[in-house]
Amino acid sequence: MDTPKTLFDKIWGDHVINQTNKNQYLLYIDRHLVHEVTSPQAFEGLKLNKRKVRKPELTLGVADHNVPTTLRDQGINSIKDKIAKLQVETLEKNLSENNIKYIPLTSKNQGIVHIIGPEQGFTIPGTTIVCGDSHTSTHGAFGSLAFGIGTSEVEHVLATQTLVQTKPKNMRIIINGKLKKNVTSKDIILKVISEIGTAAGTGHVIEFSGSTILDMTMEERMTLCNMSIEAGAKAGLIAPDNKTFDYLYGLPFAPKEKNWELAIEYWKKLVTDKGAIFDQEFSFNIEELKPFVTWGTSPENGIAINEKIPDPKQYNNLEKRQSIEKSLNYMGLKAGDSLKDISIQKVFIGSCTNGRIEDLRAAANYIQGKKVSHNVQALVVPGSGLVKKQAESEGIKEIFLEAGFEWRDPGCSMCLGMNPDQLASGERCASTSNRNFEGRQGRGGRTHLVSPITAAASAIKGFFVDVTEESL
Amino acid sequence: MKKFTVLKGIAAFMPDINIDTDAIIPKQFLKTIHRKGLGKSLFYNERYTEGYNKNVDFILNKDPWSNSSIIIAGENFGCGSSREHAPWALLDFGIQCIISNSFADIFFNNSVKNGLLLIKLNKNEIQKLSELAMKKESFTVDLINQKILVKNNEINFNVDPIIKDRLIHGYDDIEITLKNKQLIVDYENNKNKFHIWKNIVYEKQ
Ligand code: SF4
Repeated sequence: MDTPKTLFDKIWGDHVINQTNKNQYLLYIDRHLVHEVTSPQAFEGLKLNKRKVRKPELTLGVADHNVPTTLRDQGINSIKDKIAKLQVETLEKNLSENNIKYIPLTSKNQGIVHIIGPEQGFTIPGTTIVCGDSHTSTHGAFGSLAFGIGTSEVEHVLATQTLVQTKPKNMRIIINGKLKKNVTSKDIILKVISEIGTAAGTGHVIEFSGSTILDMTMEERMTLCNMSIEAGAKAGLIAPDNKTFDYLYGLPFAPKEKNWELAIEYWKKLVTDKGAIFDQEFSFNIEELKPFVTWGTSPENGIAINEKIPDPKQYNNLEKRQSIEKSLNYMGLKAGDSLKDISIQKVFIGSCTNGRIEDLRAAANYIQGKKVSHNVQALVVPGSGLVKKQAESEGIKEIFLEAGFEWRDPGCSMCLGMNPDQLASGERCASTSNRNFEGRQGRGGRTHLVSPITAAASAIKGFFVDVTEESL
Repeated sequence: MKKFTVLKGIAAFMPDINIDTDAIIPKQFLKTIHRKGLGKSLFYNERYTEGYNKNVDFILNKDPWSNSSIIIAGENFGCGSSREHAPWALLDFGIQCIISNSFADIFFNNSVKNGLLLIKLNKNEIQKLSELAMKKESFTVDLINQKILVKNNEINFNVDPIIKDRLIHGYDDIEITLKNKQLIVDYENNKNKFHIWKNIVYEKQ
């Protein structure tokens, strides 16, 4: 009998073209997503070396990172920042010169690259998917091996449709139990990262499994895989099942008819074999999990909403202690503070972590009929045009607008503050995004990562709320 | 790509752990469409107060470290977003080698591809080198013999032979891969035979 394989080993094995070095392989890349920020220098490189794009049909482009979230109907003219505009123009030019499909700013399908991939059925199980953005791990929710790459690698994929990669190790995170009401997959991943740290996954692909994962919707799975990169991992992975197939059926880029059947036949084999060995394994039970909030400037600085901010003195490791002191100082917080007493000025609901329809639905549902605190500016930025349209048709837009939220056009927005949506120095934000690094949402801005329900509830109250305890 | 054989220069010690790519080059500088010109904004948030007013306490603003070609950093250097602007900014500033206890994966790969040498050492060795760096000693990083020489100290380091070969010759990745072009074609033919569903047939909505 063959040695039992992990899901990751199967996908990897199926894409190896040859071995180039001890633990290095030339891998075939099935799908490539490009956006305006990490691609211009790649196309520049191709041109300088007189190289062509090998398989234009396997690449899809969209502008999302630096685009404004207002006045979208004006298309590229909505971008007032000249350099940002040039970047988007460069993307459009490069894609059209190389016959690569592009979703224009004015298209109803435009959105954050990791949201449109799945929505368009570009993301499918059993494939390798890359993009010049670390949150490419999102697509692993479909049982595809998806990871972020740098611009030189973008150039390499464009020119060769391959990448040279070191084979990562296998990690499994098993999650069991039924979540409490209003606790979400965002809370799970923040909890996991707070336990295992941001370096635990380095050099690994994490497969998530367990009863909680089986119960999750595709969107919840995407949130989980999205943040596996914050645990240091190369990629996150979840075995495809009927939910995956139902989600993809009939989408524009998904296989059709006979090909769909062939695909399903193959996809059903994409599971970790019994007895397969993982290099590392963790297991969590989330029955009692409370909503999570980060207090520092690393995604691992998370605590349950009812816990107190930790005291740096309790850490013996000097570096760790200093880094916590530095974080607290930046965040304007003290050891022993309760998160529930901390007031916020901004709320951001959106990003490739939590900018999907279920996120908006859950948040809107929780705050229906309430008003945003007068001290708070709250933004809802749907992850894509399709999410926006869906939300509008369900009346979600109205709920947010009546409550005093701003309803924006799709893009990365305040997740990274490359467009005009930014925090001012010292401003505190409850954000559904994935990174709370210093200055991530604007210089001096203070980011607390939370779920969409916690973010929305906090917008109403003006400070962090335990959404499992209080109703508004 | 520039060849890397022996590097002589000053080393700046940056003890913080988890120095992420946002700290190396903040996002407002990612809007460029070229590789050059980012060095001026390297470590922008710490290096400058407002505009380009120098923060005099920041190591790269102090002599002789303003001319550093080596950084000795706390562990997990380069974590965070995958932006390749980080190694571009470092190289454009003049940094050609970084020494740390550990590096983030994507940053590591991005650096190698651009000719930036990353050296992993243990904590004792880093401690030793950081002291020498603070004394403004001149460093020699000899990639050919895999040695770091400072005053009377000599520290050996490991480097993946493939990475070493590439840096020493300044090879371009794509060039290396395209030597296997026929293997790629064979793979694609096989894919068309056995996994035709992986191909993209786009239908208008
Ligand atoms: S939403 Fe944020 S994390 Fe996601 S792709 Fe955009 S910038 Fe990156």
